[in-house]
Amino acid sequence: MSYLLICITAIFVNNIVLSQFLGICPFLGISKKMDTALGMSAAVAFVMVLATLITYLLQYYVLDPLGIGYLQTIGFILVIAFLVQVVEIVLKKTAPTLYRALGVFLPLITTNCTILGVAIMVIQKHYNLLESVVFAIATAIGFALALILFAGIREQLELSDIPKAMKGTPIALIAAGILAMAFMGFSGIV
Amino acid sequence: MNKKLNIITNGIWNENPTFVLLLGMCPTLGTTTSAINGMGMGLATAFVLICSNLVISLLKNLIPDKVHIPAYIVIIASFVTILQLCMQAWLPELNASLGLFIPLIVVNCIVLGRAETFAAKNSPFDSILDGLGIGLGFTLALTLLGAVRELLGSGRLFGYSVFPETYGSLIFILAPGAFIALGLLIAIINHIKSNAQ
Repeated sequence: MSYLLICITAIFVNNIVLSQFLGICPFLGISKKMDTALGMSAAVAFVMVLATLITYLLQYYVLDPLGIGYLQTIGFILVIAFLVQVVEIVLKKTAPTLYRALGVFLPLITTNCTILGVAIMVIQKHYNLLESVVFAIATAIGFALALILFAGIREQLELSDIPKAMKGTPIALIAAGILAMAFMGFSGIV
Repeated sequence: MNKKLNIITNGIWNENPTFVLLLGMCPTLGTTTSAINGMGMGLATAFVLICSNLVISLLKNLIPDKVHIPAYIVIIASFVTILQLCMQAWLPELNASLGLFIPLIVVNCIVLGRAETFAAKNSPFDSILDGLGIGLGFTLALTLLGAVRELLGSGRLFGYSVFPETYGSLIFILAPGAFIALGLLIAIINHIKSNAQ
């Protein structure tokens, strides 16, 4: 039951993009077309689950026993940067089709704040290992949901007649605001 | 002298990280629930930006080209850790309200972006000025956005009451208001710029 609650909270109520404001850069930058939105979502999901798993183990089996918790930020970002490189190399060798689909997005993920954000959040919330992984998967689904919905909206916006000063980013931000308002409707359910 | 001044004003207006370059959007939207929070976040980022710009500019000839990105990230993460420890010790309240966004300065694209485009190519003194300019531009943008949201949302400005709270519209303090307020601010700035040309 608590796992279901974690899922619903992470996907709808505390949506990572629309209510926590993490991952806004890809949300605004890569949402102009549906294909790229799908590719980015898949790449983020893949790295997020792996990174959460490894940073969790790093925190509880290395940093805490040695009493060097203050190295959390440096340790986590290094693990994430390293992981992104490894994933890129492994995918290139073992799954070239998947690599061609996700390849361009992988280098961008190191500086995607959702990955580091989720890694730190599961430590702050004192989740156990399984809860952390469930939370990471649910957050990735929430990210994908927001990105894909927004990509659909932006494809429509391209065709609309918009005042000159509002073109591009301003209208996209306002559309995102209205989407965030829609997601606020979920806030009562948990 | 004029050239040095140009580096600073460039960051504040021509290359304002928030309104023109559109970088570092996560803290911009996430921490500007009030003018004070916005200013705190801006100054915290400015501190990291100035320090990392200086150190990267000093070390630019020592860092091998192949590993320059990981090296920059380690330098930035070190300053973020220093900032985290200082804020926990001296500014616990601000630290609590900014929360997760302090460690996330590491992945703020402004800091890595300036390291890559400016500090790696220019002298240490110029890099400090660039950090100062971009940092001030970011701080001003966040303070402005925070002030607009605080005023429209709760009728206050920097915590002082301007008009009764019941006339405020809570939506501007909540998540959707962040997107809408920033969208309108960028639209206004675009309009001013196109009129000036």
